[in-house]
Amino acid sequence: MIRLPLVLFFSAVLFSAGVYGVLARRNAVLVLMSIELMLNAVNVNLIAFSQALHDLTGQAFALFVIAVAAAEVGIGLAIVILIYRNRETINIDEVNLLKW
Amino acid sequence: MTIDYHAILPELILSGTILVVLVADAFIRPRRTWLAMPISLAGVLASLIAVLTLIGSPRTTFNGTYRVDNFALLFKVFFLSVALVVLLVSLRYFREGRWYQGEYYYLLLTSFLGCVLMPSSRDLLMLFISLELVSAPGFLIAAFRKSDPRSNEAGLKFFLIGVLSSAVMLYGMSLIYGVTGTTGLYRIGAALSGTLSGGKQTLAEAAILFIVAGFAFKVSAVPFQFWAPDTYEGAPVPVAAFLATASKAAGFAGLLQLMFVAFRAEYAFWTPIFAALSIATMTIGNLVALQQRQIVRLLAYSSIAQAGYMLLPFALVSADRVVNHDAFAAATTYILIYAVMTLGAFTVVIALSRESSGLLISDFAGLMRRAPLMGVAMTTFMVSLAGIPPTGGFWAKFLVFKAGIERGGLGTALAVVMLVNSVASLYYYLLVPRQMVFVEPETDRPLASPALVTGVAALATLAILAIGVYPQLFYHFPPLSTLVGP
Repeated sequence: MIRLPLVLFFSAVLFSAGVYGVLARRNAVLVLMSIELMLNAVNVNLIAFSQALHDLTGQAFALFVIAVAAAEVGIGLAIVILIYRNRETINIDEVNLLKW
Repeated sequence: MTIDYHAILPELILSGTILVVLVADAFIRPRRTWLAMPISLAGVLASLIAVLTLIGSPRTTFNGTYRVDNFALLFKVFFLSVALVVLLVSLRYFREGRWYQGEYYYLLLTSFLGCVLMPSSRDLLMLFISLELVSAPGFLIAAFRKSDPRSNEAGLKFFLIGVLSSAVMLYGMSLIYGVTGTTGLYRIGAALSGTLSGGKQTLAEAAILFIVAGFAFKVSAVPFQFWAPDTYEGAPVPVAAFLATASKAAGFAGLLQLMFVAFRAEYAFWTPIFAALSIATMTIGNLVALQQRQIVRLLAYSSIAQAGYMLLPFALVSADRVVNHDAFAAATTYILIYAVMTLGAFTVVIALSRESSGLLISDFAGLMRRAPLMGVAMTTFMVSLAGIPPTGGFWAKFLVFKAGIERGGLGTALAVVMLVNSVASLYYYLLVPRQMVFVEPETDRPLASPALVTGVAALATLAILAIGVYPQLFYHFPPLSTLVGP
């Protein structure tokens, strides 16, 4: 059995990698994938706590997070495709018509 | 587990309407797709009536995760009224633009379903689902002008920021679940008011920080505000009106429940955070608004500055029940009055958007002569947003100010910062009436405004003036303090 602090440390690393990806990546699809990493860190946390507390709420919560994440990726990819059709680029630095 | 169907009747009606709109759109001939609007309107009205039948003793269902009390009812009535207004002003805008009307009303109603669920959600999981239900359709309707790159960009920015903030908020929620072992807001409140061991205390504080950061994105508080002006400008104007009022109020409804029910015991940790957020938000919002030339961006920065005033009462929370009660009432009242003023201002912008695509402030030139009713309405909203009597905006600011002064100490300092900010904001709010009254228009042709839009603007003006002249209106509400425990 893996100890809880180790799992929490792993999920913190996963979350930080996601945050780094969101800030550093310029490709919209890679940004989306980084956000998925962050959501998976949340799932790891929830399930680890659920196991440690002997309480099922955390696992149910994780299922909801997975479902909502899937819906959001659907919406995100739709918007990315829309932008690619109009602009022929998905580099988020080049999507800069609106400022100040 | 038995389900109290009466308690969720408004949501059931709204869900039914959503399905009817979606299916009906497939069978209506393309030239008549605007019929989705009357169907939605009927559904929202029916839902509103269902909410009114719930007035009385509080009801709880879904194992205590869903609660219908006075706080929830007030916000439900408010959200459904906003839904009525947004539907009314959307009709001509989307009909003339020929943009997928069935899908638009479907997505808009889904977003409002999330809004209506929000003030009843007394569980982290419910809160998360309602918040996503508000935002996810919002991403799509912000990008609704499909061929316009600016609208696409609005959708993308809103989407990335929205999903990022949800992930940050969820991380906080998972930590708080680990610390307290529960997701129910009342049980979290009970667990946090006991003594926690050192490590758990730190973890709980980190969790609160993550959750507050997530919600700060949703209500566009500085330093998480940059998406709002871009999204409002690029989105269709009725959608911007929805995002600036209902979506923002939903964020605040969630924040009120979290802070006053679940995290109240930790107030010593989070009140300084809210004080800093509030000062930064109102100051930066006002400073940037001073330089705006475009009306939607001006309203966006104004909505950021106003969010700063709404965050102020959170910083006043203490162990004293009376102070908490005042702070809670001030925040709630401010959110409601703010929404009426902003919705009204956006209505006038919608009327103007039919002849001006750039929507610059200079396009308002001579509007007082070209459309006297719209001119008077816009002046009222601007004066009210600046907080000058005899308008509703004055009382909203007054209540927050009074709560700050009565709290003393930090509260007095915050109240003074707010006063200075209100005076500074006068400059840019009065720019618009100045254009309308003193600048010569390019043409004397009267502004052609759809009857529904004119009617809504007139109604909002009357509401703002009525609240301003007769503020006792608020004392007729049942006590909202049920959320503020001992």
